Amino acid sequence: MGLDIRYPIGMMFTLIGLLLAATGFFSPEKLSLGININLIWGAILFLFGALMWGSAVRAKGK
Amino acid sequence: MNTASVHLGVVDYSILALYVVFVIGIGFALKRQMKTSADFFLSGRNIPAWVTGLAFLSANLGALELVGMAASGAKYGIATCHFYWVGAIPAMIFLAVFMMPFYYGSKARSVPEYLKLRFDERARAFNSVSFAVMTIFASGISLNALAKLLHNLLGWEYNISLWVCSFIVLLYVLKGGLTSAIYTEVLQFFMIVLGFAPVVWLGLRDAGGWDVIKQKLSGVAVHPALYNLSDSASKTFNPDAWTSAWKPLLAGPSANPMGIDLFAMVFGLGFVLSFGYWCTNFLVVQRAMAAKDMKAARNTPLVAAVPKMLFPLLVILPGMIALALSATQGKNYHLPQAVISQGRMTTAVISLRDSVTNHADSAVASKALASAAGTSFNPAKVEALLKASPGTADAQLAIGIQDAVVNDYDGVILSLVKRYCPTGLLGLALTALLASFMSGMAGNVTAFNTVWTYDLYQAYIAPDKSDEHYSWMGRVVTVAGILLSIGAAYFASMWTNAMDIIQLVFAFVNAPLFATFLLGMFWSRTTGTGAFVGLISGTLASALFHACTISVGNLPGVKGGYIHTFWTLPSDMAQNFWLASFAFTVCFLVTVFVSLATRRTKSNQELTGLVYSLTPKQSVDQAWYARPGTIGIVLLAVCVILNYIFW
Repeated sequence: MGLDIRYPIGMMFTLIGLLLAATGFFSPEKLSLGININLIWGAILFLFGALMWGSAVRAKGK
Repeated sequence: MNTASVHLGVVDYSILALYVVFVIGIGFALKRQMKTSADFFLSGRNIPAWVTGLAFLSANLGALELVGMAASGAKYGIATCHFYWVGAIPAMIFLAVFMMPFYYGSKARSVPEYLKLRFDERARAFNSVSFAVMTIFASGISLNALAKLLHNLLGWEYNISLWVCSFIVLLYVLKGGLTSAIYTEVLQFFMIVLGFAPVVWLGLRDAGGWDVIKQKLSGVAVHPALYNLSDSASKTFNPDAWTSAWKPLLAGPSANPMGIDLFAMVFGLGFVLSFGYWCTNFLVVQRAMAAKDMKAARNTPLVAAVPKMLFPLLVILPGMIALALSATQGKNYHLPQAVISQGRMTTAVISLRDSVTNHADSAVASKALASAAGTSFNPAKVEALLKASPGTADAQLAIGIQDAVVNDYDGVILSLVKRYCPTGLLGLALTALLASFMSGMAGNVTAFNTVWTYDLYQAYIAPDKSDEHYSWMGRVVTVAGILLSIGAAYFASMWTNAMDIIQLVFAFVNAPLFATFLLGMFWSRTTGTGAFVGLISGTLASALFHACTISVGNLPGVKGGYIHTFWTLPSDMAQNFWLASFAFTVCFLVTVFVSLATRRTKSNQELTGLVYSLTPKQSVDQAWYARPGTIGIVLLAVCVILNYIFW
């Protein structure tokens, strides 16, 4: 197939993760139950996105 | 006036915008590949199983699923999981192991086309017309629900929400056809999971973990009326009614909040409705048919079964968390209710005092109160208010009246999103909600345009045209399908009752369907006439069943019983499941008898690849552990273990 869906998924979540983590980092007063959820969840999304993106790049290299 | 209850920040809008850019981007990236009509409608049949599998799952998720399953989680508790563990997993495995070889192997391009190959034009026409109309109404209902929700939550204009959301779906389906619908569905799947997971995680933390939730819900089960979960103040369930999946069911309809008996659950939902949906609905089957080879096609529902089994964590648990929170002192949480405005409250208090003076009973008082306040009330609480009102101050009475308003279960999931999501996470959760809606709508539209073009247009209106012509028709009908969905959404917003009737008619049509497929695929003697007469009789039988039964608390009319009430069932759900069981049985028996009485019109050779016994077994080149049968058994075993854990 011409398009590996892992590219757009990876890119999108990397970007959203960055955005969310940055929000958490620069406005740490936005808490939920005392947790800086934006920062934590942003980091998780970023990781997920990077993994997806990375696996698409690897598959292409093969 | 801005009626929004939530305000989005720049970050929230940015997340939403990023998502929109990516889904539309996928459509444009795939545009180059859309050369023939097969590319557009069948995505050229070259997609790997993990992609079609996740698309299979998200196409089935409308916006209503996230909202509705959380609502049922609060209303019925863990028994809601039966819609997944009983009502989906076995049917998905059956589709993969037994039915997919015939759908995929026959080279039919749609489910109605399979019916034509197996039987004749009559079965196909009946199925394709009802399916086409049904998908339009289904996406209209979902569209209306979404636009209403965005309006109430964010203050977005109803019309703008409606048109903008549809336009985004239109854009990517038009550009990339089924492939782009499937690809975006995968992206949407991850969006839904990753967007809602933090809400569930925070909710679980807030409520104090699963053990505390169980303990709180056992308190709720003993006094359901306190939480507006029962109309009768004296009603009480066993403490495990909300937290055990099977025990309350085994104890009979009055012992579980669903009001369901075991037979209706296992045969009605678990067999008839579930297999009827997952094994014959082209909306989901189309995803598997787009897979790159037979192996991938059969693996599609199996891939989907894994997340499907775990989905209750994401969609049902929030409802249970909400109920547990509302039963916890100091959490300052109440299940959502319609809020009575100050002006209305004044009339409501007067109405209640009048009811006391007139010695009205709780039912009459509730009705009077409802017309005064413009919302419905729980009679159990109204009765308590009637007793307490003499000697109670107006202000105190107003608090009691507000507390007696029935729960707005559909607001449960959003109330949690509001509670836990700061700007940022809020945008993510809302995007997840939009994603779940869009995946459902794109699913409906792609299934609709295929059935229209191949099964109605090419079959009956304009056969023997060029491939370009059908490709062109596919695009025209994509636009038309979206416009019709928008029309259906406006219709649903204006005539709720008419919509209920339309949905009822589709329930009648769908109930017997699986009997036809089962006999068609596994009994070569089934004839075209048998199948058609069976389908019609099954549909009529379900209408008749509905006209002669009613569920407790309903008046004869749209809810049934308008000819005569022969049987009163304990709940709407029970009526629905029994109706399906009855329709299936009638369709099955009539099909068998008529088939035996009529001649076969198709030879054994024509039925090769369409009927189980006439199709040579495929040579298996897969290791034993990779075969669909083996994977299916493992998945079933895991499902049984899940049921055992929450027994």
